[in-house]
Amino acid sequence: MMPQSTRQTPEPEGPSALEELARDPASRKGFLRMAGGGAAGALALVLSACGGGGGDQKGGGSPAAGDARRQRDQARPGGAGATREPSPDPREGTSDEEILNYALKLEYLDTAFYAAVIEADLFRGADLDMLRRFRENERAHLQAVTAMIEKVGGTPVKRPKTKFPLSSPGGALRLAAALENAGAAAYLGQANRIRSKEVLAAALSIHTVEARHAAALNGRLGRPTAPTGSFAQPLTMEEVLTNTQRFIVST
Amino acid sequence: MRRSYRKDHRAPSAPRFVDSGLAAVEVRGVTRSAFLLRSTLAAGTLLGAGAVGPFVGRALAQKGGRSADVDVLNFALTLEYLETAFYDRALKLPLSAEVRGLARTFGEHEREHIEALRDTIDQLGGDPVQAPELSFPRTREAAFLRLAQTLEETGVSAYNGAATRIESAEVLAAAGSIVQVEARHAAAIRLQRGLEPAPEPTDESLDMERVLEAIDPFVKS
Repeated sequence: MMPQSTRQTPEPEGPSALEELARDPASRKGFLRMAGGGAAGALALVLSACGGGGGDQKGGGSPAAGDARRQRDQARPGGAGATREPSPDPREGTSDEEILNYALKLEYLDTAFYAAVIEADLFRGADLDMLRRFRENERAHLQAVTAMIEKVGGTPVKRPKTKFPLSSPGGALRLAAALENAGAAAYLGQANRIRSKEVLAAALSIHTVEARHAAALNGRLGRPTAPTGSFAQPLTMEEVLTNTQRFIVST
Repeated sequence: MRRSYRKDHRAPSAPRFVDSGLAAVEVRGVTRSAFLLRSTLAAGTLLGAGAVGPFVGRALAQKGGRSADVDVLNFALTLEYLETAFYDRALKLPLSAEVRGLARTFGEHEREHIEALRDTIDQLGGDPVQAPELSFPRTREAAFLRLAQTLEETGVSAYNGAATRIESAEVLAAAGSIVQVEARHAAAIRLQRGLEPAPEPTDESLDMERVLEAIDPFVKS
């Protein structure tokens, strides 16, 4: 049997695309900046990114800037769109089993990452304590998500084989932060697509812990606690899976 | 190298009868949201932040449809009024530059949450509640951080508990976006206090029946 994760010789250091995606969702055309300030605009953009983008996120990609701007304008009090067009229900199109298996893939990735980073022996002291705790948390998430998939009558996907560039402590911490910020954004992106209240409650209780991990790692790197400001930004399944693909050796 | 974490690794959700400073926070007002916030703080004081989720979930379960979402949003708004006032007030306390900066940033986030929630309530055709009258104990930095942690953990639990009552997918997305920021605040404040940022794998709520049993004698309804 192959090891589940192996250390690898350096790639171009750092998490690059994933990191960029989670820290400042440039792929989403810098929503908050585009909003030009104002919480109403920011929230409307969250809504447009999360809820108004239609049911099928898989084929989607980023909503067009024009859509986002239109929704933002409508959200402004007294703006043109006092009554909004009904947007398609994001709960249609994807089953809870699919969403849970997507979460499971991310938890496999997180768990394998922390196992690899601890095995790589790059850290001591408080950093190592933190990484160990996060590994335990991710393992618990893995178990919880697997159990939930079985509960809804689904079949958990298999654990993929993974690889991570772990040549330096700094690079490892940046990758950890990228994975956790993206993980929090991934859960946020699915929250309003889940049908079962029980699955939703479980996902939310994991979501805020991924956010805690992300905040702690951001702090360790001297970065802002909440990189997108007052409103966390979601990522779609497609965005997350595309950008984590390079850590998957085989499924 | 950073200092090690303190020994206190209790979960934010663990039931505990510890003075978190929450009991000294006063919320005055006659709106349903002010009442609910008072009850929520009582739940948090008695049983810890983890008790707040089920309590809020139950309390908000009484309505249905669009007005249910307005009810949830007005409760969230009241919670954000509390947090904003708390951080505003903190700027008058004798705090280190680092903690003052944290209070300023987090307070700004909470203020934007208020603005966004009011606008969303307007959009749904509801009436945003007014801020209740609030008072906080005058404290030094250590007690300020302890209470800040409690309020943020209470916020996480309250949003998570309320979220399953939300009907609209858009409102749920917005609540998720806000609760993630509250959780980030909670983690940062825990670190500032020398505590683990994420001591438990989930921000899970305590069992509802157990919470209500413990709370009922203390909450007039």
